[in-house]
Amino acid sequence: MTYIRPKFRHPELPENKIGHSISYYEGVLSTLCAGCGHDSISAAIMQACFESNIEPYRLAKMSGIGCSSKAPNYFLGKSHGFNSVHGRMPSVTTGANLGNRDLIYIGVSGDGDSASIGMGQFVHVVRRNLNMVYIVMNNGCYGLTKGQDSATADIGSISKAGSENHFHPIDLVSLALELGAPFVAQSFSGDKTQLVPLIKAAMKHTGFAFINVISPCVTFNNNVGSTKSYDYVREHIDATGTVDFVPPAKEITAEYEEGTVANVTMHDGSLLHLHKLAKGWDPFDRVSAINAVHNALLKGEILTGLLYINEGSTDLHHLLGTTDTPLNAVPQEKLCPGSEMLKKINAEQV
Amino acid sequence: MSDGKVKAKINDLVIRFANVNGTGSASANFLFTKAIFRMGVPVSPKNIFPSNIQGAPTWYEVRVSEKGYLGRRDGIDFMVAMNPQSMKQDVAAVKTGGYIIYDSTKILHDEFIRDDVNYLGIPIMEMCNKEFSDPRQRQLFKNVVYVGALSALLGIEFDAIEKLVSEQFAGKEKLIAPNVKALRLGSDYAKENFKFKLNIRIERRDLVGDSIMIEGNAACGLGAVYAGATVAAWYPITPSTSVVEAFHSYCDEYRVDKETGKKNFAIVQAEDELSAIGMVIGANWNGARSFTATSGPGVSLMSEFLGLAYYAEVPTVLIDVQRTGPSTGLPTRSQQSDIISAAYASHGDTKHVLLFPSTPTECFNMTVDAFDLAEELQTPVIVMSDLDLGMNEHMTAPLTWDDKRKYKRGKVLTAEQLDKIERYGRFLDVDKDGITYRTLPGTHPTKGAFLTRGTSSDEYAGYTEEPEPYVRNMDRLIRKFNTAKNRVPGPEFLQKKNNSDYAVIFFGTSTPPVLEALDMLKEKGIVLDAMRILSFPFNKAIEDFISSHEKVMLVEQNRDAQMRSLLMIEAGIEPGKILSVLSYDGTPVTADNIFKQINAHLAAKVKTKKTN
Repeated sequence: MTYIRPKFRHPELPENKIGHSISYYEGVLSTLCAGCGHDSISAAIMQACFESNIEPYRLAKMSGIGCSSKAPNYFLGKSHGFNSVHGRMPSVTTGANLGNRDLIYIGVSGDGDSASIGMGQFVHVVRRNLNMVYIVMNNGCYGLTKGQDSATADIGSISKAGSENHFHPIDLVSLALELGAPFVAQSFSGDKTQLVPLIKAAMKHTGFAFINVISPCVTFNNNVGSTKSYDYVREHIDATGTVDFVPPAKEITAEYEEGTVANVTMHDGSLLHLHKLAKGWDPFDRVSAINAVHNALLKGEILTGLLYINEGSTDLHHLLGTTDTPLNAVPQEKLCPGSEMLKKINAEQV
Repeated sequence: MSDGKVKAKINDLVIRFANVNGTGSASANFLFTKAIFRMGVPVSPKNIFPSNIQGAPTWYEVRVSEKGYLGRRDGIDFMVAMNPQSMKQDVAAVKTGGYIIYDSTKILHDEFIRDDVNYLGIPIMEMCNKEFSDPRQRQLFKNVVYVGALSALLGIEFDAIEKLVSEQFAGKEKLIAPNVKALRLGSDYAKENFKFKLNIRIERRDLVGDSIMIEGNAACGLGAVYAGATVAAWYPITPSTSVVEAFHSYCDEYRVDKETGKKNFAIVQAEDELSAIGMVIGANWNGARSFTATSGPGVSLMSEFLGLAYYAEVPTVLIDVQRTGPSTGLPTRSQQSDIISAAYASHGDTKHVLLFPSTPTECFNMTVDAFDLAEELQTPVIVMSDLDLGMNEHMTAPLTWDDKRKYKRGKVLTAEQLDKIERYGRFLDVDKDGITYRTLPGTHPTKGAFLTRGTSSDEYAGYTEEPEPYVRNMDRLIRKFNTAKNRVPGPEFLQKKNNSDYAVIFFGTSTPPVLEALDMLKEKGIVLDAMRILSFPFNKAIEDFISSHEKVMLVEQNRDAQMRSLLMIEAGIEPGKILSVLSYDGTPVTADNIFKQINAHLAAKVKTKKTN
């Protein structure tokens, strides 16, 4: 990898509607291995934010520990970020979101971070339906400690050192579906065409949006026998459909055959076109999505795309009944009951 | 049995109620306490309860003191022995000449008979079975019957209790009449059957002033409301659970927008302590005042995150209601044994600010202060309460609030301020006090953003593994800790004339019994200087007080003299300078225990001098 970022940017890079070119969405130079899938995902996040006309400072990047969790440093340098402790990104994001509901929260995690030490927090953040985008950069191994199997490593997968994994993998997508996540998607870091609209849709979605991205580890899990290598994934990938994201202002043209396209209206009026490819799968039916994922797993395939969406999802703030004003902006006058009230409280204690 | 000629002791009494957990004795026992309080007599109850919901022995001990002593003292004058399971130890605990109230429906077994105490048998079960048909009422009202009998025996005003009953059941009026009936049953029985006068009496006084009675945990919860906390995340654990429960109920009352019905707060019962503190840190990172409450085992689980909050400099407020360790220890008993684990929670060189309240009033004030301090210092602040303080009602000064008080939000840069700064550095020590300027997410389109993390950063929040910036940062954190020494509340001095070469140091819930022990010493002609520690880091006044005495005797409720260790490490006090006065059996320390230990230290001193 290079250690010096070229300063040159083409002066005529296209700008989005709020006047920023893609370079505005960059972070610091990645220190991940050259060819790391995670860098591709970072690039997809940048592209999605650029295309969605998002002001980076209105977005918060959250992560735990691991190669994946280092990634927020490498995109959206103008956003605040929080690189917390191992597996506990969900709780920090929950608190952050409770404190200020007006930001967009993108949490980035790894398979070690989410499926092992952070499993409890992952499960509960789904359960609470926190309004956030939760991306797992899933490579089936621990990169930072040099290649140990993670809990998402497939049974029979061969590590770089040649040993076979004997344990059943935890399939985060199935788990998220079972737990009631209202937006569940799966993709491949090498498929930016699919990933970018998924991230855009996830950011627009109200409530918990989960994207599991198979992201090969070029250094420790890209060998023959690995089921998370580039070659293996390319050979076994199967898409549910393709996704188009249509911003609210754009004219919607129906060019698709009736019955193969599903339109999903997001809260701000933007639309998702889902072009269905997979048979026997209904993206609005959780059970159907669960079955589709299970059937693909049985065939040794990785089903990608937007697997399930609940358009009517709300979020944790709705469940708690919190005020529309971000809690960090509620003035003292509204928070402190004052001295007279305290006198009344005292009078109740005698 | 007293014949009435003996001069009665007025308003000086320790009474213990021995009950079976889950039989509804708590509210009846509190009725007794509150009635005495309403009569203007200083009173202090302590729950001594098992880690069990039903069936195990539970005790409620009430100290009544004309002189205003609110700590425990040894010697039980009165035992209400309602638990056959603990009868033997309950009978044995009464001091000579004391009284035992028991249910005489069944004959008291020989093994429980002592010659040197007085027995007051009341056929409580028989009376309840006769008067009440509902089985639950028969059970519940047994407790009310003995409270009624006590009112007659001790001279507690029946009207006061009756009024309390109607207040307690306001809204459930149907329950008032049977409760009053049960009270009267007990009272009438005592009047008819015990025509002699006891040598202990309660008499109306005007000694409580404008005091209130409140639990420390409720005061902490209320403090968080007044401090403007908007996010609470917690995981239930005795004895801290009622902190957030109190916060919740006060928020429901004072923080719901009347027009929209929406809440100016968010409370999450997390899946565990790790998640609870994570949420608190996340919310504070975003500039919302947030807190959690836990006890020792929770502090252990939260330690990793506390280290992050320390190093990443995120304000965090934690109420630690300490209980008896180690491990699960005695989970429903009191101790002051999280001092070291709280002060240094987490790996690496980490130090946290601690506050030590002694009363519910201080629980309220220190909780409010904790939020200001946490934001001013951008660091975790831990309020070190304990079970005794948190879960018992205490007579305490009324809570006050200055409406002019504005929350101190610390060094948080606004967008306008950021505009004027050429290059913002998250960890630049601009003011040389170790406290740097933070920015909140979403403040400015292009300036002030940084990545918060637990790994080493340079002054501009850039990742670095270089030795120099790491050391610079660690040294600045110590500079900040030194700044904290002058921001935290200083010690409180008693008899500060430096008139003794030995002095007493104490903190937290040891305060009431220490004050009594000091008076006991005074009666013997020994006047000792004394100091109460209110916070950590230790400021200079604490060090000066210690160095100005030959030796100090440090009272603490743990085995390992943890505060002593902290003073040795952090204030450089020589080990030989601090003599320990320790108590760690899980029950709140008594004045007599402190008195004896101090006396032993003083006797050893005299002996040493003579030998010399």
